[in-house]
Amino acid sequence: MTPLVLAQNVSKRFAPRLGLGERIAAKLGSPVETRTVHAVDNVSLAIAKGEVLGLVGESGCGKSTLGRVIAGIHPPSAGQVTIGGESVMREGRKSTTRIQTVFQDPFASLDPRIRIGEAIAEGPLAHGLMRKADARAEVARWLDAVGLPAEAAERFPHQFSGGQRQRVAIARALAMQPDILVCDEPVASLDVSIQAQIVNLFLKLRRELGLTMLFISHDLGIVRHISDRIAIMYLGRIVETGETEAVFAAPRHPYTRALLDSVPKLVTDSEELVSFKAIAGELPSPLSPPPGCHFHLRCPHAQAVCREIVPASDSQGGMHPVACHFPLIS
Amino acid sequence: MSGTMRNPLLEVTDLVTEFATRKGILRAVDKVSFAIEAGEIVGLVGESGSGKSVTGFSILGLIDPPGRIAGGSVRLGGRELVGLPPAQLRAIRGKAISMVFQDPSATLNPVLTIGTQMHLAIAAHEKTSEAAARARAAEVLARVGIPDARSRLDAHPHQFSGGMRQRVAIAIALLNRPSLIICDEPTTALDVSIQAQILAEMKALARDLGTAMIWISHDLATVSSLARRILVMYAGRIIEQGPVADVLRHPRHPYTAGLIASLPANAEPGRELRQIPGATPSLFDLPPGCAFAPRCAFSSAACAQAPALHHAGPRGWRCHHPRGMEEAR
Repeated sequence: MTPLVLAQNVSKRFAPRLGLGERIAAKLGSPVETRTVHAVDNVSLAIAKGEVLGLVGESGCGKSTLGRVIAGIHPPSAGQVTIGGESVMREGRKSTTRIQTVFQDPFASLDPRIRIGEAIAEGPLAHGLMRKADARAEVARWLDAVGLPAEAAERFPHQFSGGQRQRVAIARALAMQPDILVCDEPVASLDVSIQAQIVNLFLKLRRELGLTMLFISHDLGIVRHISDRIAIMYLGRIVETGETEAVFAAPRHPYTRALLDSVPKLVTDSEELVSFKAIAGELPSPLSPPPGCHFHLRCPHAQAVCREIVPASDSQGGMHPVACHFPLIS
Repeated sequence: MSGTMRNPLLEVTDLVTEFATRKGILRAVDKVSFAIEAGEIVGLVGESGSGKSVTGFSILGLIDPPGRIAGGSVRLGGRELVGLPPAQLRAIRGKAISMVFQDPSATLNPVLTIGTQMHLAIAAHEKTSEAAARARAAEVLARVGIPDARSRLDAHPHQFSGGMRQRVAIAIALLNRPSLIICDEPTTALDVSIQAQILAEMKALARDLGTAMIWISHDLATVSSLARRILVMYAGRIIEQGPVADVLRHPRHPYTAGLIASLPANAEPGRELRQIPGATPSLFDLPPGCAFAPRCAFSSAACAQAPALHHAGPRGWRCHHPRGMEEAR
């Protein structure tokens, strides 16, 4: 497979701004302890054309940061992201329109004073992807693609419900005619009955437009439903990747196993009382992640080597890749 | 209301809560009735705007103008709470009934240590020495799974992680051994692995201390793993209730059935999810009769009349066209 999008050894570090005292101390030449957050730590990912890759993890694991690096919003601190062989970034700026993003909060991504039609046409006009004379028809076409009437173009964001606003945000991303859509928790802030509508919209768009997607979510049920492959992230690193059903059926990383077990299932049998199992311990601070495998503090299978050596991603025996010294055998 | 409960701990009858707004009177809770037994966990489920949180606030008398409880009754152990003077309500809040909110940072005072806040919570209801209060606070913190509880009393809220802060809020709710805790989406803002820990602990706490719980949530799976009974709200009304497993297996109301069917777990991966068409109605602009009728595949002319509550054993529903009645026979 020739991947459409390739992230190679991507890292993203954030250094918190130093306080006044620390800055003065640094000027005076005394050593200042810099606390860097390794939001994304040496991650490599490939997304094939037409594929939906689900990126899963808990808050603070770096999944949104990785999504933003792939979408060309944040420059990586190391490594690079390419789409069809071209770099997504040039000189610290996004240099392609082939990748677009849909965010969690559609209200934050729409200017409240700009009509929806203008908001959708703005990007393609600026990039010469649409002629001014065609704008009205093009906007109507994309509104139709997301299930909104053409009249919606004349309205303002506050005149739409949350689910409709997310449709607008999707239409806006699609109008740029991207090859890949990065969706960052696109249904997380919607009501349950509306979530299904938006998930179905993504399935339809994928079918009709052959869209490639990176679908970032903490909701394992939705990711399982929509993704061909999934990648599980823990504290800045990808610990497991594989075909969705293979990972759900037989997770190889103890964290993936624990994460799957901790989601409550719908109990429809009154005899069955426990539908979930908790993971021991808390997520360590990304400011001072534990050495070796980041999960060793909470892992029931951890041994001495896990505290010292970062496990490499391994796909022995034709299994899907996992970064663990003692992968689970099922 | 099902008539089988002899001595309910809490009895809510025809509760109506309204808010006066510029656009008119908004009825957030519309004739809600239910009862809870001592030690029982009940899940109150609905989408945003369904009135589930306002129901919780109304029980505690936490409705400030322009809102008001416009009718109905809330009885705790037989005592009427609606219309009680503020001082008497304060004596009940945090003592007999306490509440845990979605965002623990909004509950905790950022400038006081946890120990001080817990001492204040005890002192609000009884005279106690500081040493005794600290000992009790440490005991309860340990009970909700906070390691090294005694020394953590001197920490401030920001020194705790999100999950730990929610545990502290739960500990404060437990301090005065309430007979009822109202939990308003307490795990929604938390990660799944932390949510699982807190669910497991809440379940054990309710069992060990005999505390009754109203668990308000939009998540059917969470409720099903915790509660024994479920109340489903839509547009201010309870539209279905009954034992959790029974309701989830054989939902009667098309809205409940639609919610369950729309879950990805109930569809083949990659296939379309069963969706409920339309959006939740605005409370200003409710259709007459059944509020769900415009989105409902089974609605008929009869639905222009508000459906009465139908009963069958522990089950109840408000629908002219209930689902799955054949299987039940």
